[in-house]
Amino acid sequence: MSNIWTIAIKEYKSFFHSAIAYVIGVVVFLSLGIYFWVLLSYSIQTQAYVPEMQVLLDWIIFPLFFISVPVLTMRTISDENRTGTLELILTAPVRDWELVVGKWLGTYMFFLSIIALTWIYPLMLNFIVDPGIDQSMLIALYTGISLLTAAITAVGVFVSSLFKNPVPAMLASLGMMILLWIIGAPGNYTSGFVSELFKYLSITGHYYGSFYNGVIDLKDVIYFISLTILALFLGSRVIEARRWK
Amino acid sequence: MINAVGLTKYYGQNCAVKNLTFNAKKGEILGFLGPNGAGKTTTMRILTGFMPPSSGTVTIGGFDVIDQSLEVRRMVGYLPESVPLYQDMRVYDYLKFMGQLRKLNDLDAHVEKVLEEVDMLERADSYISKLSKGMRQRVGLAQALIHEPEVLILDEPTIGLDPVQIIEVRKLIRQIGKEKTIMLSTHILSEAQQICDRVLIINRGELVAEDSPENLQQKVLGKRKVTVQLAGDPQTAIPLLQQIEGITSAVVNEKGMIVLESIGDVDIRPKVITTLANARQDILEIYSETLNLEDIFFELTKEENLPQSRDEAPTELAPAETDEKEGVENE
Repeated sequence: MSNIWTIAIKEYKSFFHSAIAYVIGVVVFLSLGIYFWVLLSYSIQTQAYVPEMQVLLDWIIFPLFFISVPVLTMRTISDENRTGTLELILTAPVRDWELVVGKWLGTYMFFLSIIALTWIYPLMLNFIVDPGIDQSMLIALYTGISLLTAAITAVGVFVSSLFKNPVPAMLASLGMMILLWIIGAPGNYTSGFVSELFKYLSITGHYYGSFYNGVIDLKDVIYFISLTILALFLGSRVIEARRWK
Repeated sequence: MINAVGLTKYYGQNCAVKNLTFNAKKGEILGFLGPNGAGKTTTMRILTGFMPPSSGTVTIGGFDVIDQSLEVRRMVGYLPESVPLYQDMRVYDYLKFMGQLRKLNDLDAHVEKVLEEVDMLERADSYISKLSKGMRQRVGLAQALIHEPEVLILDEPTIGLDPVQIIEVRKLIRQIGKEKTIMLSTHILSEAQQICDRVLIINRGELVAEDSPENLQQKVLGKRKVTVQLAGDPQTAIPLLQQIEGITSAVVNEKGMIVLESIGDVDIRPKVITTLANARQDILEIYSETLNLEDIFFELTKEENLPQSRDEAPTELAPAETDEKEGVENE
């Protein structure tokens, strides 16, 4: 476990030396801030609309899915491959899976830091609206976002392990995110087992079907944790397979 | 300490290392010599547990590199050829990170000690990206040394350095080699000659010679040539010298120096000196003429000299004209 933590901390700190990480942070805050202001303005104008937390927090999910995760996970392992540092890490007493999990954890911690800072908007909203916002809804939303982020970060790290250069890794990761976003759609046009399968695979379905409505469903929690573990397992296997080539 | 038996590695259809067998004793500096693409890096990667061999076994300190990979990795320090380092980290933080991965107690003391060893204490707070190539090489060495490994594996440790840095790194390796087993690869022949106790020469993945640099020279030369300059008349000493066992020829050259030739591994110089001293001949100069390791290398890595099978004695290859010096760099 100590190797995972050592790698995770190193990875986490490395984001603070990366200009792109700051850009990503600003993009998330800016998009959320602008949308918060729009919702608030609309609410003031109409006098009948109370800004909804789940709508606001969509602006964490969109940038996460389509910008933050592909961009910030692209380098995690592909860069180690490109620069050769992977050789040094894997000739130290570090297991392949410890490296992958450490990389994921460090990146995930960085995303959690960004997500944690977005609490400022619900906090402000809590002061503005009367009698305050629904706290249980807030907890469900942030739990869902955290689990969703864990899963897509793991997918990003897995995709990164497949490449030797960050740019193809980012494009492939973006492709995976789009796939995960739309994979549930065929479920609406099919029936029976096939429909159920597509709906079950849909990552957004597991968020919008429960957490988005303020419900923490164990079934969805298990889905996100399973997807995280599966992606990390596959990433470890890719590294192991690379040794045997 | 290192024991490799029948090491073979295929990349797809290409055989990078073929049936390589060698060992390295504790406290020995073993040179791994070969042209680019000979299989040096592949062999080193196998030794460090980075990749498994297609067949064959390697044990380091009694541990198998595949089955007991973590144990092996704990006792091995490794510096890859490209010296891969995290450019965005400070030297001190990087070494601390590598030390943490090796679960060292009293981490700061280890980092400071190794920084002192590689003479980088003053640059401890510098970002790695700001360091010169030579300094990065030192940081690479420092990470390989931080856990005081029993075995140090260095892949082309002086490549890309300027002459002053090369001398410094070699000095450092020799100093470390007094206590540790070091295996270093190089295609710089004089480097192997200067640093190594023993040299393995490989070409196209096959071992073509294995011995001390001095013995390799003798084996390829086939005979030893000793030149002696006397204060007195050299002709009077010739009959005496001809009686020494092993000497096949004793002549006086145009400079008035005695040139002796002998066969076999025995150094005839002590006997020559004793004989001349007993005959009250004052010796002004005596030296053994040897082939440069570069010459041997070209001889042994020549296409027609490659052994056809493992049964052939690799060091008994006949000297021949070399025409393949291209592509093999020297300092």
